[in-house]
Amino acid sequence: MKIMLLDTPPVVLWFLAGLYLILIAASIAIRIIRPKMDEPEYRELYLRVRSWWIMITIFSLALVLSRRASLVFFALVSFLALKEYFSIIPTRRADRRVLFWAYLCIPIQYLFAAQGRYGMFLIFIPVYAFLLIPLRMITIGETKDYLRAISTIHWGLMTTVFSISHVAFLLVLSEHNTEIVGAGLVLYLAFLTQFNDVAQFIWGKTLGKRKIIPKVSPNKTWEGFLGGVATTTLLGGLLGPFLTPMSWPMALAAGAIIGVGGFIGDVTISALKRDLEIKDTGNMLPGHGGILDRIDSLTYTAPLFFHFIFFFYCR
Amino acid sequence: MNNPLRALYFGLLIRPVVYLFLGMNVRNREKLPTTGPVILVANHNSHLDTMVLMSLLPLKQLPITRPVAAMDYFMKNKALAWFASRIIGIIPLQRKVRAEQGKHPLDGCFQALEKNNILILFPEGSRGQPEKLSGFKSGIAHLAERFPQVPVVPVFMHGLGKSLPKGEALLVPFICDIFVGDALHWTGNRTSFLQTLDASMEELAAKGTFPAWD
Repeated sequence: MKIMLLDTPPVVLWFLAGLYLILIAASIAIRIIRPKMDEPEYRELYLRVRSWWIMITIFSLALVLSRRASLVFFALVSFLALKEYFSIIPTRRADRRVLFWAYLCIPIQYLFAAQGRYGMFLIFIPVYAFLLIPLRMITIGETKDYLRAISTIHWGLMTTVFSISHVAFLLVLSEHNTEIVGAGLVLYLAFLTQFNDVAQFIWGKTLGKRKIIPKVSPNKTWEGFLGGVATTTLLGGLLGPFLTPMSWPMALAAGAIIGVGGFIGDVTISALKRDLEIKDTGNMLPGHGGILDRIDSLTYTAPLFFHFIFFFYCR
Repeated sequence: MNNPLRALYFGLLIRPVVYLFLGMNVRNREKLPTTGPVILVANHNSHLDTMVLMSLLPLKQLPITRPVAAMDYFMKNKALAWFASRIIGIIPLQRKVRAEQGKHPLDGCFQALEKNNILILFPEGSRGQPEKLSGFKSGIAHLAERFPQVPVVPVFMHGLGKSLPKGEALLVPFICDIFVGDALHWTGNRTSFLQTLDASMEELAAKGTFPAWD
């Protein structure tokens, strides 16, 4: 395996260094405001920041180490997310082997991504998994709740494997356009998606009045949504020219797509949780909840941003 | 049980499988013992139960951590017997007692507790129907009576019967839920001890809400 650290474009390293500056600032900030908070509130915040340290460190290592390491990292994210999903939804005893097939889609999908086989990457889950997984289910023969089972399994695959694998495909886009730095696109997408979550939260907390989608997510407001999208759009426009081949007007558009898409991804997983009557999808990431809680927005922003880039820069 | 192969098996194979491939959601982990003597009592759904409990205990204590398992099942052939006794490190339990041999079926457990070991025990006896609690057998009461000063820590597990139920060889990952209860002590008589243990287990089971699986 070729170590890429020395080959990593300087802009990527500078950006990662910036992320660590933010982390250090956050760690100092929560200690400064500690006296104003009660203990459980501080504990939650502390865990949240600590989990960020761990997540960003693993993410940076994966990105800097080698392209293969990055691909394995995102495949692992898909696996953990799909497993979390299968663990919180109702499943049928008869479907153990069907679920196993669903898990098998992960290495295949990421292999297509690693090889840069755009066509197979795009159709493998929406076409082949869609056609073959029902076949596996039918050979087992359990028809009670068949529709529920087959739809929940496929939705899970689309959300946690198909969508997330678009982040991985960004890494090989440099084969389509030599101006593209794969890791730069991934950083742009991942950072803005997470930033958008925070921005929407802060705008909503400070200015939020009008509820935007009370039945699904009672704490979300129009002010939070619009403020968040505006901030993410601006920051997107600012970062785009450094990390991506986009000029600033295009980067503004990409930022807006991430802002709006992130919101929809977020509330989609909220709706799922509300239906299942659970607060968090898991407890893998202390202070955040489960991995699906963390990548909810990414399930929308990844394919949307990917196709924006592919359409305009990979022809 | 100071077998380097055993340490490799649990440290390098079982732990990564349990933590990464399966995944656990442990409630009240701080109530788990870190040293012996202690009896860990859990419900039994899958061969994975032992693996998960062994992974939750400190690796440092592996040499003194001993699961109690049925002799007739694991001593079927030589290879399995070697694996069970040398690698898993089981204390074999004879389910069908022959009085004429003059040995107490729990002798192995007695000796282990005298050596301050951590015992892992599944008092339901067999794995039974996946994800269903069945009544506890009285062996645990004998142990508690003989070692009244040894704490009995109840653990309720859910999800492993989905990952690897009885009679299946294909492991399908699901995150498992684990609830650790307060340590119990000998109550003075077997019936009341078993009732206390049952109640504690039911209470732990009631803490979780699990998605349907049928």
